[in-house]
Amino acid sequence: MTTPAISVSGLRKAYKDKTVLDGVDFDVHAGTVFCLLGPNGAGKTTTVNVLTTLVQADGGAVRVAGHDIATDAKAVRAAIGVTGQFAAVDELLTGRENLQLMVDLNRRVAGGGARIVADLLDRFELTASADKPTSTYSGGMRRKLDLAMTLVGDPRIIFLDEPTTGLDPRSRRTMWSIVRDLVDDGATIFLTTQYLEEADQLADRLAVLDQGRLVAQGTPEELKRLIPGTHVRLRFSTAAELDAAAGIFPEATRDDDALALRVPADGGTKSLRALLDRLDEHSLSAEECSVRTPDLDDVFLALTGHATEVDTK
Amino acid sequence: MSTQSHSLVMLRRNLKHLTRNPTSVFNAVLMPIIIMLMFVYMFGDAFSVGVDYIDYATPGLILLAVCYGLGATATAVNSDMTKGIINRFKAMDVSRGAVLTGHVITSVLTNLIAIAALVGVAFLLGFSPEASLTDWLAVGGVVVLLAFAAGWFTVALGLSAKSPETAGMAAVPLVMLPFFSSAIVPAEKMGPGLRQFAEYQPFTPIIETVRGLLDSAPDTNDAAVAVAWCVAIALVGYLWARSAFTKRA
Repeated sequence: MTTPAISVSGLRKAYKDKTVLDGVDFDVHAGTVFCLLGPNGAGKTTTVNVLTTLVQADGGAVRVAGHDIATDAKAVRAAIGVTGQFAAVDELLTGRENLQLMVDLNRRVAGGGARIVADLLDRFELTASADKPTSTYSGGMRRKLDLAMTLVGDPRIIFLDEPTTGLDPRSRRTMWSIVRDLVDDGATIFLTTQYLEEADQLADRLAVLDQGRLVAQGTPEELKRLIPGTHVRLRFSTAAELDAAAGIFPEATRDDDALALRVPADGGTKSLRALLDRLDEHSLSAEECSVRTPDLDDVFLALTGHATEVDTK
Repeated sequence: MSTQSHSLVMLRRNLKHLTRNPTSVFNAVLMPIIIMLMFVYMFGDAFSVGVDYIDYATPGLILLAVCYGLGATATAVNSDMTKGIINRFKAMDVSRGAVLTGHVITSVLTNLIAIAALVGVAFLLGFSPEASLTDWLAVGGVVVLLAFAAGWFTVALGLSAKSPETAGMAAVPLVMLPFFSSAIVPAEKMGPGLRQFAEYQPFTPIIETVRGLLDSAPDTNDAAVAVAWCVAIALVGYLWARSAFTKRA
């Protein structure tokens, strides 16, 4: 097996007396997308900051692109690209000037780089606003420019800290397709997110971070087996109706307190119609019907036994 | 690529910022000139300093011009730190000090522009120095040394401040300091307490050195003290800036 692009073992970090990372281990293989999933305050950004040499770890061994982050930070920086949680663009400069700044600062780029700048503007659909100051850009445009700046010099390992937080669904999808293109080009992606769907869409492997510890790690398929799948929740008005319904859906789980029944389903209209038809056949009707897809909260409930707790710092 | 070229890139970036936000340059250039007009026309006749007031005041106003530029430097440094772009630079293989060096050089350049404008107006007002070319070169040297020292000190102030606004405020004492020196009136005309302060604060020997050079009669003692102050301020500013920069993630 080849050396992993990123290898982390026993990573610890505390700010004053507050432990943020409490012994984290994982490997990221070259050319794959690794996704770190967790709620606010789980330690995702701290992990990114340590791995990108912005913050020093208190303990553990971390190698990025084969270089030790503690002793060879310079080599690590030369190999990575980082897009932080908040767009780090120069607001007084134009989009083109921001990219040119990255070209000028990048030791990997030879020559003037006008071509690189033009290509990136084109690829991220920013050509039309290239010569406007970035202070006039929308949130989505800033994110795109931010990522374009990260790609100058073609880094082999790219860190994306919550790249889609705060983006509208359309921009989110654009961001996903950009990430897929990067992987197709052979880059390794380290991604953090709060969205289960995003991890599911992009990750080859994912790890769930909870209060500074990894509570689960595996492929999206492996993790999905651990959590309740998509289901339809039916709520009835009487206990007798619930009993009758439970009789016709033996695979369902019941919640007697809420007079509700949770029937596994794939969320599509076809299975939903089949389910409603069966209710009809037995002349049953539910007070309320809702389709639930599992979200981060379900993952946490399943993996840790507690809901996502947002630590107020 | 070397540290110099990264610093040059940062300098270019800062100069672009100045052209996008010209108000701060106007402030740095116009305020000292306005203060000069005010003192020369309104108060000048009231002070008897033994020579033409414009000849007395110009050296001090040159230093005042240096100080007026500092607020903008502190604010610019702090904006870089608080706006996230610094993390991008830090996670790149960019020479660590390039951002700071870029700000110091920008600060020195704005200072020189402001001083050139000020001295130009001074000549229009009848400023007639005795200085030879060598004296002028020496004046230039002292001014650049001071601008460089004050630049590093201000960068450190900017790094240590919590927000761009407080960074701008932190530079205000530096702007006020020349008023409590021999810049506007000779120190011996001040009241007790203030007089001692004026005599021993760094700006007085620096101003006296510039004044001596412009009279073509430099005082070597003043000059030595002035250079010592500048070197000390530069050193403290540089070390402070470096440690503040490392501390700020």
